[in-house]
Amino acid sequence: MTKPFATVVDIAADIAAGKTSAVEVLEQHLARITERESDIHAFNLVTTEQARATAQQVDADIKAGKPVGPLAGVPVALKDNMCTRGIETTCSSKILEGWKPPYDATVVTRLQQAGAVMVGKTNLDEFAMGSSTENSAFGPTKNPLDTSRVPGGSSGGSAAAVAAGFAAASLGSDTGGSIRQPASLCGLVGVKPTYGLVSRQGIVAFASSLDQVGPFTHTVADAALMMEVIGGHDPLDSTSLPQPMPSLTSVLGQGVKGMRIGRLADMPDGCEPEVLARMDAAYVALQAAGATIVDIALPSLSYCLTAYYLVAPAEASSNLARYDGVRYGMRVETGDLHSMYGATRAAGFGAEVKRRIMLGTYALSAGYFDAYYGKALKVRRLIANDFAAAYEKCDVILTPTSPTVAFPLGDKTSDPLTMYLCDIFTIPTNLAGHAAMSVPFGTGAHNMPVGVQVLAPALGEQTMFRVAAELERAS
Amino acid sequence: MSNASSAPQHSTELPNGWEMVVGLEVHVELDTKTKLFSASPNRFGDEPNTNIDPVTLGLPGALPVLNKQAVELAIRLGLALNCTVQPSTFHRKNYFYQDMPKAYQISQYDQPINIDGFMMLPGDVRIGIERAHLEEDTGKSTHIGGTSGRIHGSDYSLVDFNRAGVPLVEIVSRPDIRNSDQARQYVAELRSILLAVGASDAKMEEGSMRCDVNVSVRKPGAEFGTRCEIKNVNSIRAVGKAIDYEARRQIDVLESGGTIRQETRHWDDSEGRTHTLRTKEDADDYRYFLEPDLVLLDPDQEWIESIRASLPMLPAARRAQLATLTGANKESESVYVIVERGQDDYVSAVAQAGGDAARALVYVQQAFAEEGATPKVAASDIATLTQMERDAKITATQAKTILSEMVANGGGDPVAIASAKGFEALDTSAVEAMVDAAIAQQADAWAKYCAGEEKAMGALVGAIMKASQGKADGKVVTAILQARRAK
Repeated sequence: MTKPFATVVDIAADIAAGKTSAVEVLEQHLARITERESDIHAFNLVTTEQARATAQQVDADIKAGKPVGPLAGVPVALKDNMCTRGIETTCSSKILEGWKPPYDATVVTRLQQAGAVMVGKTNLDEFAMGSSTENSAFGPTKNPLDTSRVPGGSSGGSAAAVAAGFAAASLGSDTGGSIRQPASLCGLVGVKPTYGLVSRQGIVAFASSLDQVGPFTHTVADAALMMEVIGGHDPLDSTSLPQPMPSLTSVLGQGVKGMRIGRLADMPDGCEPEVLARMDAAYVALQAAGATIVDIALPSLSYCLTAYYLVAPAEASSNLARYDGVRYGMRVETGDLHSMYGATRAAGFGAEVKRRIMLGTYALSAGYFDAYYGKALKVRRLIANDFAAAYEKCDVILTPTSPTVAFPLGDKTSDPLTMYLCDIFTIPTNLAGHAAMSVPFGTGAHNMPVGVQVLAPALGEQTMFRVAAELERAS
Repeated sequence: MSNASSAPQHSTELPNGWEMVVGLEVHVELDTKTKLFSASPNRFGDEPNTNIDPVTLGLPGALPVLNKQAVELAIRLGLALNCTVQPSTFHRKNYFYQDMPKAYQISQYDQPINIDGFMMLPGDVRIGIERAHLEEDTGKSTHIGGTSGRIHGSDYSLVDFNRAGVPLVEIVSRPDIRNSDQARQYVAELRSILLAVGASDAKMEEGSMRCDVNVSVRKPGAEFGTRCEIKNVNSIRAVGKAIDYEARRQIDVLESGGTIRQETRHWDDSEGRTHTLRTKEDADDYRYFLEPDLVLLDPDQEWIESIRASLPMLPAARRAQLATLTGANKESESVYVIVERGQDDYVSAVAQAGGDAARALVYVQQAFAEEGATPKVAASDIATLTQMERDAKITATQAKTILSEMVANGGGDPVAIASAKGFEALDTSAVEAMVDAAIAQQADAWAKYCAGEEKAMGALVGAIMKASQGKADGKVVTAILQARRAK
């Protein structure tokens, strides 16, 4: 019998050792879903029947002495922008409502091969565009720690599912902070891997050059295990790195002695004082564990938000053009092709998606390309240069994940710009293609969790996880 | 002979000293097993929407993976067109259309795989090749109802995505073409090269080779005029006709005081004219940007060199070789035709078997149009036949008869056929005697002939051939008559 909110590592170990069964673990999670899902709305779809069948198969395999994967029997939830064969995949958009992919995303296949039990598809800001999960066409998700507050976004459903004990772990996608920010707001570990470390095949694209899939978990060790399962080269994704997946579970105990931890000399305005206090505590903790703190500068940081809101919408305007009513998803019938396009997209997309499609279309248009999209690409190079210079002085950089703790529902929905500011610390990592993760580190205002973000250079996951594990020990 | 004919069909001169400036954009479907970015078969003529997959349909989450064979064929073509092969990138060309599944086409844009090549045309005319780049084909729409076969006014449209994602190379010439003959020669030569290197089956009638033509006119030495792009030019004959029509149309506009609008025009082959399709103002803004789902295509030098080493001898070199062997002009029709059919190796085999190469060239051109690269008749038998004719053992007419029989039977010994038919060329003294008899019998004709009336010779030759029962060699008879008159 596992405790409520058991970790991935414990569940997998207990099931493998016969202390509990996959079916028993699943039923505990399903029971919590029955109890609280109507208040939280973490899921677009709970796949109860498939989950029971998978759990029974896992138990049968274990009973028959067959070898099982490292996640055998672990209940996981998937953000509803990950293709699941024969199971509705909506991106929380009306335009894809009812669409069932004929194939699985590579990360889904890898979870299945590892023995994980998928419990459902989680809610998100429509097409992953947002920071609060309030942009879902199917209604917002609430923060399980305080249901008057948002869980963050865009992977808010995946964060809430783990925070509420509906799944032991979940997958989200992170284009500008969509894993790390909800992890921070829900008190979870959330990882944005190095671009190319985890396959994007089967992930419904938002901004292809920025999107990465990563896990939400309760612990750093769980995140390391999840990463080892989903990461590594995939020939179906041309941007997948050829490197083998580095071991992460084996480095967690190595500590941070002798490591150099970067601290932003110029902290941007807008952070809650409680958040800054937790940052100070994090530096002290790492120093106590043998690391040194060095001040670093990221002069281009202030341009990143602007650059991101050109690059991401530009790619999105192209990626979302395929939702045209011709082949799948919603179609609003009219008299001719062009009005059908217009009517379908007008009815199918929500306001934030339309805003970004228009932004992106404009940024790529003849006569504006150089001034907007072209300049944004230059900022991408500048921030990469800034990071390169910083990483000569330090091994990782620590920042807050989010300037604030979880805010009340409806607080920022009327002003997109304040919502965009949620991602000020998370966006630079995506622009640079680097790794970053959020680790819970105490609480701030309203007793809500605060996350510390650990940033590492490309393929710096091992160092990043060592620091994260140290922060976890100290929290 | 196919529509790839290179036979001269001289275009008429443009009036009042105008000169046309023409550049061609030719799309060819590469002859790969699978599509450019997915594993679906690249096959023409299958049931609609059977060669499809998530990538082809642009399903959410599907990602492109570049087909190595397509890259190899593009490089083969580039090297055959004397291009530099360089590291290249892919862009997205964004526009909405029902046969464009992702609403963008993945195409090479500012960094194409092949650049700066050229092609030589007859008369040492050099046509620059600006680029030959990779891109994916669209699906195919069929518009049902309405009158024009176009989407406008139709009741509904059917889309077949079998062609979507088929690898294309677009070969863009420099505006170096100055008349429609050159344009036709360029397309025909490109087709021969495509076939020679195995890059494409280049069937214009099936759409695996498609031409867009850019035409402008100017007075020689002046700046280039405003150009119009003509689409739907679907045969080599149409290339010539469309260019000649369009150049004259532009000249008419300019000479009547008008100006040329930059626009895209549609060639209507049945009407023999071009129509405005869309003006520059209506042109889509394609919002090109670097395709983030693909990485730099940077083929290593070793691979490029191994592809270069595997290239076959190209048509131009084969024509030069055949011309040298046979003594024919390398730009003659027979040389073009034989190389296009791939029968130059056969002619060479006839020569190696001791045959007369010049006669072999003529025989093969005349008799083996339906035979392909490896005619059934043994090269040694053709060699024997050329020797018999050369040595005047049979007449040219008899040789032709024997050849026809050999072709009809898929082979045969020409000596045996000649003897079975009683063929033997009469010796010259016998012919001289017949000439004497004919002059005596047809004194009128002889007098006219002597008076310079060349036509009168026909009656004399006819009488002699009749008397010899076809065994006299027509050339010998003619020579004797000419010699007699000259005395």
